[in-house]
Amino acid sequence: MRRMITAILALALLGLPAAYAVQPDEIMADPAKEARARELSRELRCMVCQNQSIDDSEAPLARDLRLLVRERIAAGDSNSQVIDFLVARYGEFVLLKPRFERQTLLLWLLTPLALGAGGLGLWFQMRRRARGSADVPPPLTPDEEARLSALMSDEAKSG
Amino acid sequence: MIAESGHYALVLALGLALIQSFVPLIGARLRDPALMNVARSTALAQLLFVGASFVALVTLHVTSDFSVANVYENSHSMKPLIYKITGVWGNHEGSMLLWVSILALFGGLVAAFGNNLPLSLRAHVLAVQAWVASAFYLFILITSNPFLRIANPPIEGRDLNPVLQDVGLAVHPPMLYLGYVGFSISFSFAVAALIEGRIDAAWARWVRPWTLVAWIFLTLGIAMGSYWAYYELGWGGWWFWDPVENASLMPWLAGTALLHSALVMEKRNALKVWTVLLSILTFSLSLLGTFLVRSGVLTSVHAFASDPTRGVFILLILCVFIGGSLSLYAARVSSLKQGGLFAPISREGALVLNNLFLTTACASVLVGTLYPLGLEVLSGEKISVGAPFFNLTFGPLFVPLLIAVPFGPMLAWKRGDLLGAAQRLLAAGILALLALALVWAWAHGGSALAPPAIALAVFVILGAVTDLVERVGMFRVPLGTALRRARGLPRSVWGTAFAHAGLGIALIGIVCETTWNSEYIGTMKPDDVAKVAGYELKLDGLFQRQGPNFREMIARFDVSRDGEALSVMTPSKRSFTTRSSSTTEAALLTRGASQLYISLGDVTAEGAIAVRIYHKPLVLLIWWGPVLMAFGGVLSLSDRRLRVGAPKPARAQQRLQPAE
Repeated sequence: MRRMITAILALALLGLPAAYAVQPDEIMADPAKEARARELSRELRCMVCQNQSIDDSEAPLARDLRLLVRERIAAGDSNSQVIDFLVARYGEFVLLKPRFERQTLLLWLLTPLALGAGGLGLWFQMRRRARGSADVPPPLTPDEEARLSALMSDEAKSG
Repeated sequence: MIAESGHYALVLALGLALIQSFVPLIGARLRDPALMNVARSTALAQLLFVGASFVALVTLHVTSDFSVANVYENSHSMKPLIYKITGVWGNHEGSMLLWVSILALFGGLVAAFGNNLPLSLRAHVLAVQAWVASAFYLFILITSNPFLRIANPPIEGRDLNPVLQDVGLAVHPPMLYLGYVGFSISFSFAVAALIEGRIDAAWARWVRPWTLVAWIFLTLGIAMGSYWAYYELGWGGWWFWDPVENASLMPWLAGTALLHSALVMEKRNALKVWTVLLSILTFSLSLLGTFLVRSGVLTSVHAFASDPTRGVFILLILCVFIGGSLSLYAARVSSLKQGGLFAPISREGALVLNNLFLTTACASVLVGTLYPLGLEVLSGEKISVGAPFFNLTFGPLFVPLLIAVPFGPMLAWKRGDLLGAAQRLLAAGILALLALALVWAWAHGGSALAPPAIALAVFVILGAVTDLVERVGMFRVPLGTALRRARGLPRSVWGTAFAHAGLGIALIGIVCETTWNSEYIGTMKPDDVAKVAGYELKLDGLFQRQGPNFREMIARFDVSRDGEALSVMTPSKRSFTTRSSSTTEAALLTRGASQLYISLGDVTAEGAIAVRIYHKPLVLLIWWGPVLMAFGGVLSLSDRRLRVGAPKPARAQQRLQPAE
């Protein structure tokens, strides 16, 4: 009876889009190689999804790519060879971590540059301010001295 | 009739917003209190009409009036009531209506509770608020009218996207919008101050509670969204660096920086120029986020180009407001006097450092989000920017920031004593190193960066505790005195401690989840047992169930540990007939702060089912952290000193009370 239910369920679900991230049948026998495949998968984009890695994605394309990655690893490719292979086939779009190249220069460098520029700007401002505040106010003129002592004596009398 | 009334109410709101945009400004010019007070009544009336319009749309959805296009496209008569209501903002038109409703709500709040603001400042603030509102009313009425009718009404609707049929949708978007849109108040205050050409510490005191309210909601909204993605999308990820998420993260980073710089301005009258700029930038980032999410530019630059009406309209709003406010800023900035000198090592210095790192982090998210779009438009070349990029650029910025967090509150204003602060943090530092050693000894596998990251988190948490301990003189004075002092501490001090500790707690969760997550991926037949992280999960069997608008296949797992039965977990797969799509409903079992997570895959021909089981150690801390941060915000908001400028009518007799 239970087998029948599951069979019916299986049939019922066949019509639905096949959905799953890393399926059991994809896993490689060698755990070290599988670990490498997983690591690579996290840096590769499922091109039909929104910013999902093929490791996370349920799309059939992601499955094809996962299998491809494992195929290349099984064939003895190094990690960078696998990536080169995929980029040659699908373009830079497949990489979730863009390579450091001419057109991605600004992308990679903006953060350190912003931090550096901000830090430098602050440092200069601090120095300027420090110099400004170090300036001692000009000494009082004799006129002002007289007014001050008059005020002080007034205060002493009334206080 | 209801649809037409809703539409009409929205048009009236636009009319009111236009009046509110100009009349108070004329009043301020003529120094006419009556004209300036128009802002108050129009803001309240606007709230009333937008509210009516929103209620109209909700009513249409609840009554399943499929003659309205928006209801037909996003609802179904069999949908449970709660999703009929939440479905209102589960689509473009409805979510824009929610957006303006919240904008009107904030305007109304300023109008109702801003009695202690100078009349002309309030008039200016509400006028600026009305400019933003008018732009978005026009946007809705011209390009995204939710009240459009269909000539030949269908009998049944097309149902809401199944992924959105979840309680998460009830809470997440409204929270997020309360945050996003809440920053419009700080924006309006900044622009009003620039127009008036007057800005002082009191200004910061008025702005800070509003910013804090927005920040609290945004913090909770982002955390909610992240948890929702975690359990609903079915692969246990909680942050994807998706442009839509980045769109909400950027205002949060800028808003957090703003909270800190406004503090300096309020207390020391310094950083004025920067605080005003940050107020403008924070809301600009909210607008940018709205543009990114609502224009469809993210899905594809080409989709955007083929139907550009909406996108171009928002882009126009974006350019006018950002460009306009920044030009105004550039023109007026020289008239703002810088005050309050401070040494580099001081509370102000620490807060400046905080701002430097937060804005740089924000810039890195911005460039990562927009660069692919820009590159594609300019050169046609397509690249992806994903998690590995942000981990390399955004992540490292938080290391110095988190190291600095405990030092900040320990330094005195104007000129601080770094050595003294370091001495007081010595215990926290030693305990953090101890944590490092313990984690190193116990942890097997995982990144070598994980133990130092945990130590950093422990340092941040203990640093927050140390600050409290130092302030009440715990261990130095008798316990009773210390407790009395603890009660007497300003609530904002407690708020700071909670928020900073929340940061550390979230970090522990993030590190544990990403490093020591264990998983089992396999095909299971009934009575098979999977072992994950010491738990045994036995598949009991598969069952089918009929839901209100879906069919569901449930797998029953008996969970046990060391032979002791713990619980039953029932992950399921739902198939929605109307949209012929399915969702994976993961099952979660919470043990302390850790969770077991099961999600189902496909059934094979032999009646076995693919399953993914995860054990996620301390994963809940990722969301407890933000909740704690928001709690800190609430505490800080309830501080008596803040309430002086917060939305509360000032009572005249309070001024007569003797000083404490």
